[in-house]
Amino acid sequence: MIKFDQVSKRYAGGKEALSGINLELADAEMAFLTGHSGAGKSTLMKLIIMMERPSQGQVFVDGANLNRLGRRDIPGIRRNVGVVFQNHQLLFDRTVYDNVALPLTIAGYQSREIGRRVRAALSKVGLESKEKQFPVALSGGEQQRVGIARAVVNKPLLLLADEPTGNLDPELSQEIMNLFSQFNQVGVTVMIATHDLDLVRKMGHRQIVLSKGRLVA
Amino acid sequence: MSGATNRTTPPRTVTRPRPKSTGASAHSLGMLGKMGAYLKHHRQVGFETLRNLFSTLLTSLMTWMVIGIALALPAMLYILLTNLGNLGGEWDGKPRLSLYLKAGTSEKAGIALSENLFSDPDVAMASYITSDSALAEFQKNSGFEDVLASLPNNPLPAVIEIELEALSPAETKLKVTQVESWPEVESISVDLEWIERLFVILALGERFVMALSMFLGLGVLLSIGNTIRLAIENRRAEIEVVKLVGGTDGFVRRPFLYLGFWYGLGGAVGAWLMVQASLLFLSEPIERLLLSYQEEFTLIGLGASETAVLLGIGCILGVLGAALAVGRHLHRIEPQ
Repeated sequence: MIKFDQVSKRYAGGKEALSGINLELADAEMAFLTGHSGAGKSTLMKLIIMMERPSQGQVFVDGANLNRLGRRDIPGIRRNVGVVFQNHQLLFDRTVYDNVALPLTIAGYQSREIGRRVRAALSKVGLESKEKQFPVALSGGEQQRVGIARAVVNKPLLLLADEPTGNLDPELSQEIMNLFSQFNQVGVTVMIATHDLDLVRKMGHRQIVLSKGRLVA
Repeated sequence: MSGATNRTTPPRTVTRPRPKSTGASAHSLGMLGKMGAYLKHHRQVGFETLRNLFSTLLTSLMTWMVIGIALALPAMLYILLTNLGNLGGEWDGKPRLSLYLKAGTSEKAGIALSENLFSDPDVAMASYITSDSALAEFQKNSGFEDVLASLPNNPLPAVIEIELEALSPAETKLKVTQVESWPEVESISVDLEWIERLFVILALGERFVMALSMFLGLGVLLSIGNTIRLAIENRRAEIEVVKLVGGTDGFVRRPFLYLGFWYGLGGAVGAWLMVQASLLFLSEPIERLLLSYQEEFTLIGLGASETAVLLGIGCILGVLGAALAVGRHLHRIEPQ
């Protein structure tokens, strides 16, 4: 699903965020991406959804060489990848329903299909009763679950999460991780960047460790 | 992981293996359905943008007013020009002369003179106006009845008004000098010159209106562009999220283009209202003024086609201004 081939990323100013990364993630695999702050976890994820471009090397997602894709191809790639952020990236002036529906609206689904899928995604994260509420009215954990619902509503093949439990207490974190695990069990490739080593150990999936921009495990 | 086996029996909510494609959700979306959804989205965005404008009515009204004033000014000047053109247009290319006869010329001599003139093939029309009827008419139209009545005798001369056949300016001049030399003629006034001047002035005015319109149009463009820039800035977070979940540039651009469209259209409607209100306010005194020059005149406002042009220009400027702002600012906003 994901393949990094000798990928380096150097930011303007000379800081090398990633150097010589070789990495492969099989279809329907689940992996945790760990390492200190600044080890390059976020950069690695940004390369997958083309928020950044590699300085060297090649990134493949679902067989497509991202180097060969232009600006116009970015939306297509992103529609097939669900992304969950630590800060949720929700739109606070829209209801939970509208937030989750956003990827489908963008992809041009008809409203009946949108309704069906949004409700399915919300029920999957246990928020079916909150669709009319605004994100402000929700707790941190609920907001994060809305973010997850939005990430999976388009039925992506790949789910990326950048510190999805960063602000949550251990119990909630566990819940969120279980949710990711469930998606993985039905065939979604999942990669989660996290600090939470205890949780990683408990979940027992593959661990990818970055240190100072290099792959160490 | 056991994912590979699981993928063969996917449950309802999550994923199934798809053909490899970077295109948008190829499944279950026929071309027709996609087109329908696209048009529906246009409609939705259009209405939503308009609704948002009305929900911040005061701000929107101010923007509409600014644009409206900028559009109303050239529209008013345009109306002024067309009306002046009409005023001159009633002149059919046939020069008119007024021959003021010397005091003491008898009515009989005057009539004979006018008949004599009429027999000239170059003269299309000649009519004799006695000094009494000239006075009566002047009294009626000028509002100076009292002053005129207090005069001991009629100060107005008898006049022969003639209309020449359409002659070249040189021929006209020749005719004028010829007639001027007649002993009964005190002086002669040719209304040719003021018409020629009027047309030159109108041509000048047209250029002026065009130049002014261009500047004001540029102003509208910039003010809409700036308003849209602020709107983009206000919705930065939303733009980032939309781009993050796969929104195309077109999708991101759409609401702003509609916003520009509504600003332009609203501004044009405002301009139309301002123009029509001003005309209502002005028409009565203008018509009265022109009546005193013996002109039957109706002030012509914006007709259907002119209104359509005004609205069209507003919309075009709105969308164009928005497109400029969007082109300049939207690609800078990328998810961080």
